[in-house]
Amino acid sequence: MKEDPELFDYWPYDNRPKIEWPNGARVAFWVAPNIEFYELDPAVNPHRKAWPRPVPDVNGYATRDYGNRVGHMRMMRVLDRYGVRGSISLSTALCDHHPEIIELCKEREWEFFSHGIYNTRYTYGMDEAQERAMIEDAMETIRKHTGQQCSGYLAPALTHTDITMDLFAEAGGIYTCDLFHDDQPTPVKVRNGKKFVSVPYSLEMNDTIVYAVNKIEPRRYGEMIKANFDRLYEEGKESGVVMCVPLHGYQVSHPHRLKAFEEALEYITGHSDVWVTTGREIAQHFIDNNYDEAIADIKAKAS
Amino acid sequence: MPLDPSYLEYPHRKYGMDHDHYDWSMLVSRKPVKWPNNAKIALWVNVSLQYFPLNQQGKPFPPTGGMTTAYPDLRHYTLREYGNRVGIFRLLKAFDEYDIAPTFAVNAQLAERYPYLIHKLAERGDEIIGHGWNMDTPHYGGQDRTEEATVIERSLNTLREMTGQRVEGWLSPSKSQSANTPELLVNNGVKYMCDWINDDMPYPFRTPAGEIIAMPLSTELEDRFIIQANLHSESEYADQIEDAFDFLYEEAEEQGGRMLALSIHPWMLGQPHRIGRLEQVLEYITGRGDVWSAGASDISAAWQKGQG
Repeated sequence: MKEDPELFDYWPYDNRPKIEWPNGARVAFWVAPNIEFYELDPAVNPHRKAWPRPVPDVNGYATRDYGNRVGHMRMMRVLDRYGVRGSISLSTALCDHHPEIIELCKEREWEFFSHGIYNTRYTYGMDEAQERAMIEDAMETIRKHTGQQCSGYLAPALTHTDITMDLFAEAGGIYTCDLFHDDQPTPVKVRNGKKFVSVPYSLEMNDTIVYAVNKIEPRRYGEMIKANFDRLYEEGKESGVVMCVPLHGYQVSHPHRLKAFEEALEYITGHSDVWVTTGREIAQHFIDNNYDEAIADIKAKAS
Repeated sequence: MPLDPSYLEYPHRKYGMDHDHYDWSMLVSRKPVKWPNNAKIALWVNVSLQYFPLNQQGKPFPPTGGMTTAYPDLRHYTLREYGNRVGIFRLLKAFDEYDIAPTFAVNAQLAERYPYLIHKLAERGDEIIGHGWNMDTPHYGGQDRTEEATVIERSLNTLREMTGQRVEGWLSPSKSQSANTPELLVNNGVKYMCDWINDDMPYPFRTPAGEIIAMPLSTELEDRFIIQANLHSESEYADQIEDAFDFLYEEAEEQGGRMLALSIHPWMLGQPHRIGRLEQVLEYITGRGDVWSAGASDISAAWQKGQG
């Protein structure tokens, strides 16, 4: 185990080179619906239990399955209304299980990125060949079912190894959603030396963390999203920033929650200087326009 | 040591579910449901009447809402008993005031211990459904099949004898099941179960003994979940139920009848400082037209009739 993940150097927020988003936008705003499949009786990983109760954990399983049966389609209607294309954090086995959901996302030209095969298969304990096989399987599945080259990664159930980013970059990925250390895209060091970046994905705005971990009331979530946006929109006058709202069909789409979220989305998209975009577009824009400058600035601020 | 190679094998990776219990289906793609009198919302109020033994074993996991301190946890034992002595009568009054047809899910041991209470409920004519033996007798994966079959049979027989009702619904303690539970329920004449919370509407569920209807009793909208697990305020509880109602009502205008499943507990909402919020919610919901308050059997039967 390492003391420091050795993925990035300290890079203070002040006096960074300016990021200019398309059309002078102040905030690059993206929404990341997690479209996941949890298995009822998954293979056992010795490092993490899949379910708190003995199989069948009806409670845990059914809670997640609600997203696929009910939740995603409700969320889609809301995102459609405000012209937001989702960037899907996908349990790629869902392409096999529920192709109807994939079709609905394709029709909307949403971006697909990898969230592993199943959200009940963890990276813990995998050796390099196993993790590479899992990553390549997921990317190939996305290509086969959607025609898209998978650019981004959020590790399944947020389970990583020391070389997760290296392997994903080697497989052709350009960005990760696994790091929560910044409000702007930042370079991430990978062993093949390619340009690879962290796109802010925000656990603080993540509905599962908000509702299920922090026990936040639905209307307060709406207020938090607006407050988060207001401050970033203000700061974005100086240099472009990123705001992400990660969602889950089994959380935000419940009938007592979706309206308050929709009001926040209406608020954000009602502002003029917002680039409503996807994870891949943000990563590519940063790589094309800001990456080299960022590296030079990080170096200059190292002492 | 890497993981066993089988960890990267996915035997159920194919179309549909990763099990045979029910078919994969999206709510938006289903045939619209018509409730009696074209109601938009079927209001299902489930009241769980529960007995939490003081000598809780908590195996293989402690019951939801159970004892938490070292023995004897008089604190939680009596807080739960409060519901059966006092709280329930506040709930009944509220139901009568707003013409609500509640469904009572009753631990059979509670009926046996307090015949006065179960007879009182039976006289009202509201529906009574099985809720296991007591809260510390869970159904769980790996449970001995004969042991579980005995608990189910004994629980249903007790309720049937004491109420004279058919008792055709079931809610497992802590919504926990073994792989055999649905089949054993069908074997014992149960027509619907409320444990699978993966939908907002009823759906058909397969067992080796024949079909059972899954009636999802929302946990997210449950009083205990919002107030005790999430520590939200009483007024927040009311806001959330009203928001849920408004949302489903609007959805029903486009997509067909919807069900609002409210799970409540006399030990939670029956407290003097909470009962007013339940009354507020019931007034709000019944104040709107096109709401059908009915027992869970009637709702599942109306749903089934439309499936044909």
